[in-house]
Amino acid sequence: MSLITVTDVRKRFGDNEVLKGIDLEIEAGEVIAIIGKSGSGKSTLLRCINGLETINSGSISVGGAQLLSDDLHLRALRLKVGMIFQQFNLFPHLTAGRNVMLSPMIVKKTPEGEAEPLARKMLERVGLAQKFDAYPDQLSGGQQQRVAIARALAMQPSALLCDEITSALDPELVNEVLAVVGELAAEGMTLLMVTHEMRFAREVCDRVVFMHLGRVHEIGPPEEVFAHPKTPELQQFLGMVQ
Amino acid sequence: MSEFTLWDILRNLLLAARWTIVLSLAAFVCGGMWGLIVLMLRTGRSPWLRRCAMGYIELFQGTPLLMQLFLAFFGLSLLGFNVPAWLAAGLALTLWTGAFLAEIWRGCVESIAKGQWEASSSLAMGYLQQMRYVILPQALRVAIPPTVGFSVQVVKGTALTSIIGFVELSKASTMLTNATFAPFTVYGFVALIYFVLCWPLSKTSQALERKFNVAHHGH
Repeated sequence: MSLITVTDVRKRFGDNEVLKGIDLEIEAGEVIAIIGKSGSGKSTLLRCINGLETINSGSISVGGAQLLSDDLHLRALRLKVGMIFQQFNLFPHLTAGRNVMLSPMIVKKTPEGEAEPLARKMLERVGLAQKFDAYPDQLSGGQQQRVAIARALAMQPSALLCDEITSALDPELVNEVLAVVGELAAEGMTLLMVTHEMRFAREVCDRVVFMHLGRVHEIGPPEEVFAHPKTPELQQFLGMVQ
Repeated sequence: MSEFTLWDILRNLLLAARWTIVLSLAAFVCGGMWGLIVLMLRTGRSPWLRRCAMGYIELFQGTPLLMQLFLAFFGLSLLGFNVPAWLAAGLALTLWTGAFLAEIWRGCVESIAKGQWEASSSLAMGYLQQMRYVILPQALRVAIPPTVGFSVQVVKGTALTSIIGFVELSKASTMLTNATFAPFTVYGFVALIYFVLCWPLSKTSQALERKFNVAHHGH
């Protein structure tokens, strides 16, 4: 059975239907890139999968947890799937270490004595073991994003959603974040990422999803999607970005 | 008729000022706790409770404190509860303070970036956990200057409780004026005492605001 199942998901903002029936099955360990023009619904799809946006119809499940609108089901779903944001969204009043420790301690009731080594391990995994006591505003954008990744990993999710996680970074900081994501992919983490980094998508991803006007327009392994785009929309999109 | 010395007047006023301070503190502390509850309802997830909290705030912001005091004092006794003046005064001031503080704090909570809610939601936190560990610690910094500033209004608001017969500074001054026939002296002292109570609070609020702004630009 697939880890993430998206079935005929529709989402409207007022009169504007942003998702017009999305079907997607993602296996455990798969790395998927979602590409497409802005406004094609890629970020909205990601935000629907962990319930940050409510869907108008269709269904979503992650690792057996069904997306329903009540608090209990939402939180059960969010334990299965972590999210990383374009703007990092670290908690500015807490140190990097505390950012990582917070949710395990208050949501999973992990005692502090276990949460701290866990946080150190997660920060080490993203190459920031020495920044445990630094506050977010003392870190570069790339470092902040890596802390955000460590924070999501500390909840031991089955899958990670990455919403344009390098788009707010200075160009020289993009690679340190992509390197961490690449390692996660190699370790077998299930990743669903909206990205503009085509080279990275081509090298790391198992499948690429091209979204256009609220639909999955084309889907396939990167070599196929990038080298032999079937639809004129994808050809045009790739012509623009490459 | 016995003569009142200046010291007699001042001494009696200072004794009464204790009750102004006690009432202010009680209203501020109880109103603060009540305001926190109203804030939670006002910013919470239930639309029904949000509307109730909003209606409550609008009611208490949209009517004079004097009317609220009258209603607490005469209204409750009409219903058969024999409320002493201090209780009616404390109750009305608490409800009034709670409404204003909830609204001040709502602004502070809403000034926190949406991303903080989303990040904490995506980490599976519930509403109360988000508030307690993520939103309120950040909102607190923004909230301190206007909250301290509002405490000045609470101190001045206690003057109105003299009307329902609670003997604090203003009530005592009226009584002293009747006994001494020296209204200018008495009310002069009274104004001075209120000023001594309120001025440090205003200054603290301004200083905190400056400090906060400096810290803010430092980021």
